[in-house]
Amino acid sequence: MISVKNLCKSFDGKQVLKDISIDYKQGDCSMIIGASGSGKTVLLKSIVGLHSPDSGEIWYGDVEYSSLPLEEKKKLRRKAGMLFQGSALFDFATVEENIMFPMDFFTDWSRQQKLDRANFCLKRVNLENANKKYPSELSGGMQKRVGIARAIALNPEYLFCDEPNSGLDPTTSIVIDQLIREITKEYNITTIINTHDMNSIMEIGDKICFIYKGEKLWEGTKDNILSSDCKELNDFVFASNMAKKLKSFI
Amino acid sequence: MGYLGNILEKCGEYCILMRRVFSRPEKWSIFRKQFFNEADKLVINSIPIVAIISVFIGAVLVIQSANNLENPFIPKMYVGYLTRESLVLEFCSTMVALILAGKVGSNIASELGSMRITEQIDAMEIMGVNSAGYLILPKICSTVLFNPLLMLMSYMLGLVGGGLIVLITGIINFSAYMDGLMFCFNTYYIFYSMVKMSVFSFIITSVSAYFGYYAVGGSLGVGKSSTTAIVISSGLILVSNLMLTQLMI
Repeated sequence: MISVKNLCKSFDGKQVLKDISIDYKQGDCSMIIGASGSGKTVLLKSIVGLHSPDSGEIWYGDVEYSSLPLEEKKKLRRKAGMLFQGSALFDFATVEENIMFPMDFFTDWSRQQKLDRANFCLKRVNLENANKKYPSELSGGMQKRVGIARAIALNPEYLFCDEPNSGLDPTTSIVIDQLIREITKEYNITTIINTHDMNSIMEIGDKICFIYKGEKLWEGTKDNILSSDCKELNDFVFASNMAKKLKSFI
Repeated sequence: MGYLGNILEKCGEYCILMRRVFSRPEKWSIFRKQFFNEADKLVINSIPIVAIISVFIGAVLVIQSANNLENPFIPKMYVGYLTRESLVLEFCSTMVALILAGKVGSNIASELGSMRITEQIDAMEIMGVNSAGYLILPKICSTVLFNPLLMLMSYMLGLVGGGLIVLITGIINFSAYMDGLMFCFNTYYIFYSMVKMSVFSFIITSVSAYFGYYAVGGSLGVGKSSTTAIVISSGLILVSNLMLTQLMI
């Protein structure tokens, strides 16, 4: 479980996050949604510790993250995996080496044990026989899968995904969404996904939080997002003409 | 005041980065592997360019010295002596360092800059890896340790280049050139030059790494950080050269 309490963050005097409070439950795929520039990436990066908040608290279980010393923060981060928008695979390493990277640092496993684990993770994301390829030789969807495999390499308790579907076609997007959902349920992970893809939201969003100009305007589930009376949320969800027509039928 | 404040801010940021760089590596086995990888990439790969430039500069120094020492009262062996002293005192450390600032500095800044903008550095941080220590410390250690050897190689090849031009053109007698090379040889200058090279290597690697590590603004930002890294490290090399010369000679 992750709890965000009264989080505020500003850059160069401009307030990007305004007093945000949310709880993320274990075993749920929780979504942060909002338009580009609304502050959702800053929120996610603040939760994972890449940005330090100006004020507010971030609780991982019963531990307050911001007050921890650096070494403790690092230990906590080892329990987290993250899938980045551009996959962020290491260019200098093969697929196999990318997945083994966290194992090299934080385990005393033999090379064979690490290889077995890497193969298991690759099999889990349905990407076998790509071990020796470099990230530049893979398609966008394959890179995302490797990103997920690397994120789950050390059995994380928390999984963070920053726009996992960006740049992917709708079919591949659904495959990635399903994969994230399956892994979340299978390993009972606290998963937080940052997205503006409505297909993803409706497909796997257990809990949804709508961010508008740095403020949390709405919180709910995929079942009640379509019937919300929040104007800004409706403008976001039903942005296209087709969606507006569909809204009139709801 | 804003400009000065900006410089002070960058200096502070650099110091904080160096503090992170010089923290204890998470695993010595990984550090060792990275250390030799970086030595290969940054030092061994620089051998061809340093070798070619050193041979040609040695040859040019001989021609220039020979043409400017036409007075019959000055022995021709001074051509070899001047070539040797010019090479060891300035060319092999300062000039080679300036060349490396361009080659190695841009390589480091663009590599780290690309990793920054593609979030690879963030990915390491999320894993709990000290990205600064993992990426920068092996680069600094390998160049500070091995670049003085590169300087020695440059010195030898410069002398060889000078010798070759003497043999090819007959501009002076080869034995006079060899006498000049051995005339009043001061081994301290070798030590001085190696120390200078170590300091310059630290400047090149750490400054370029700093600009790459904090690159912002996409591919344009990477290019800008790479250019800034070369300009700043070249300037710092010249200033530190002045200070070291004053201190050590």
